[in-house]
Amino acid sequence: MTALVADTRTLTGRSLRHLLRSPDTIVTTAVMPIAFMLLFVYVFGGAITTGTDSYVEYLLSGILLITIASGVSYTAYRLFLDVSGGIFERLRSMPITRASVLWAHVLTSLVSNLVSLAVVMIVAFAMGFRSGADVIAWLAVVGILVLFTVALTWLAVVAGLLAKTQDGAIAFSFPLIFLPFISSAFVPTATMPGPVRWFAENQPVTAIVNTVRGLLAQEPVGGDIWVALAWCAAILAGAVVAAMAAYRRRTG
Amino acid sequence: MRDLEKSFGDVHVLRGVNFDVAPGSIFALLGSNGAGKTTLVKILSTLLAHDRGTADVNGFDVASQAGEVRESMSLTGQFAAVDQILTGRENLVLVAKLRHLDNPGAIADSLLERFSLTDAASRAASTYSGGMRRRLDIAMSLISGPPVIFLDETTTGLDPEARLEVWRTIRDLARGGTTVLLTTQYLDEAEQLADRIAILHDGRIFANGTLSELKALLPPARVEYVEKQPSLKEIFLAITGQGRSRDTKETS
Repeated sequence: MTALVADTRTLTGRSLRHLLRSPDTIVTTAVMPIAFMLLFVYVFGGAITTGTDSYVEYLLSGILLITIASGVSYTAYRLFLDVSGGIFERLRSMPITRASVLWAHVLTSLVSNLVSLAVVMIVAFAMGFRSGADVIAWLAVVGILVLFTVALTWLAVVAGLLAKTQDGAIAFSFPLIFLPFISSAFVPTATMPGPVRWFAENQPVTAIVNTVRGLLAQEPVGGDIWVALAWCAAILAGAVVAAMAAYRRRTG
Repeated sequence: MRDLEKSFGDVHVLRGVNFDVAPGSIFALLGSNGAGKTTLVKILSTLLAHDRGTADVNGFDVASQAGEVRESMSLTGQFAAVDQILTGRENLVLVAKLRHLDNPGAIADSLLERFSLTDAASRAASTYSGGMRRRLDIAMSLISGPPVIFLDETTTGLDPEARLEVWRTIRDLARGGTTVLLTTQYLDEAEQLADRIAILHDGRIFANGTLSELKALLPPARVEYVEKQPSLKEIFLAITGQGRSRDTKETS
C-alpha cells in the first residue's frame, strides 16, 4: 500500500511536469467552453427564455461539464503516447505497483481539469455571474465536479489504452462534449419534442447540471443530487471495470 | 530456459526454445526479423506470458516469481523508452525513485557522468541525438545495478559511431559482472561482443556455441586471395571524426 502511494506520487510528479511544460493544454481545454459561453450569452441568450434573470447563471453549470469533457481527452492522449512509446513497457518491466501507472494519469487529469474549471469560472464572473451560495453548497459543487471528472477520466483511460492512433485516442470525447446540448444545460427541456425531451431528461448530464445549478442558485436540489451522484458512481464503476479489461488486453 | 513455447493465435512463434546463459557473460541471440527474438525477451522480462515450458531469470521463475524477476533485471527495448518531455536527469531520477532508492539525485548525477551526458543533463530528452537517447535509455536500465540486463536490438537504427559507443558500454557491463542477453540481427555485432551466440530461426534454436564452435560447424576455411578494399564502415568512420576535422569532409 505504501509502495502504491509512493509510486503514484512519483509518477504523478512526472505527469504534472508534462502539464507544466505544455500549459497550452489547459488553455486549449478552457477556450472552447468559454467560446460557447460567450456565444450563448451574447448571441443566442437574448432569445432564450429560461425563467431566470441572468442567462449566464443558467448555463454556467453546463459549460463546466463541457470543460471537463474536453479536458479529459488529454489524459487519453498522454496515456496513448506512453503506451505507443516505450515508457509503458519500461514501467511494466520494473518492480512497481501496476495500478500506480494509471492512477498517476487520473490524478493529473484532476489537477488540470480543476485549473481549467477555475479559468472558466473567472471568465463567468467577469461576464456577471454571481452566486450567494454558502461554503457547504460550493463544496458540494466541487465534490460533484471532481466525481464527474474522475469518472470521465477513467473513460479516457479506456480510450487511451485501446486507441490505435492519436486521433482515435481523443475521439471518444466528442460525444461527451455534445451531450450537454441535448440536456437542460442551455435551454429548459420542456420545449423539446417528445423523444428528444425524454432522452434529455433521462441522461446523466441533466441531473448533474440541475444539481450544480440548483446549488449555486441556493435552490433545493432534492432528488436531482441523488440521481446525479448515482450516475457519476455508475459511470465511474463501469469505466474502472472497462479500464482494467483494457489494461489486461493491452498487456496480453 | 526449457522447452519454451508461445503462440499468437495460429502463429507458433516459439516452438520449444532451450538455452542457458552463464552469469557475467554476454549472450547474443541472433535472428532475422520475425524470428521471435522480441517475443522471447518480452517473456523473460515478464511483459508477456508463455504457453508451455519454463524460464528462469537470476534463479526466479518468470511466471510464478514475476516480482523477483523484475527486481533482478532491466530491459532496454528496440525503441528508446525515455520520457521525451523530461530532461535526461529527470528521467534518471524518475527511475531511481520508482526503484525506491535513497538519494536519487546523486545516482542520476553519477550515471550522467558515466555516460557522458552531464552537459545535456538539463535538456529535454527530445533534443537528444539517437545515440544520446540510447545511452540515456541504457543508463536508466542500470539504475539499481540489476544482475541481468536484456538489450533488445539496442543498436538498431543507430549510426556506426553510436553503435561503437553502445558496444563499449555493453563490454563494460559484462566486465562489471552483469549478465547480458542481447538480441540482434547484425552478425558482426554478435561476433564482436558475445561470449556465446545462439541462432534463433523459425521459433527454435538452430545453433548455440562460441564463435569458434559455430565456425567449426562449417566446412574448413579455404585460402583465397582477395584485394583488401576499405569497407564502407571504415571510410565512414575515417571521414566523420575519429581524429580528423570536419573541414576535410567539406572539401572532399
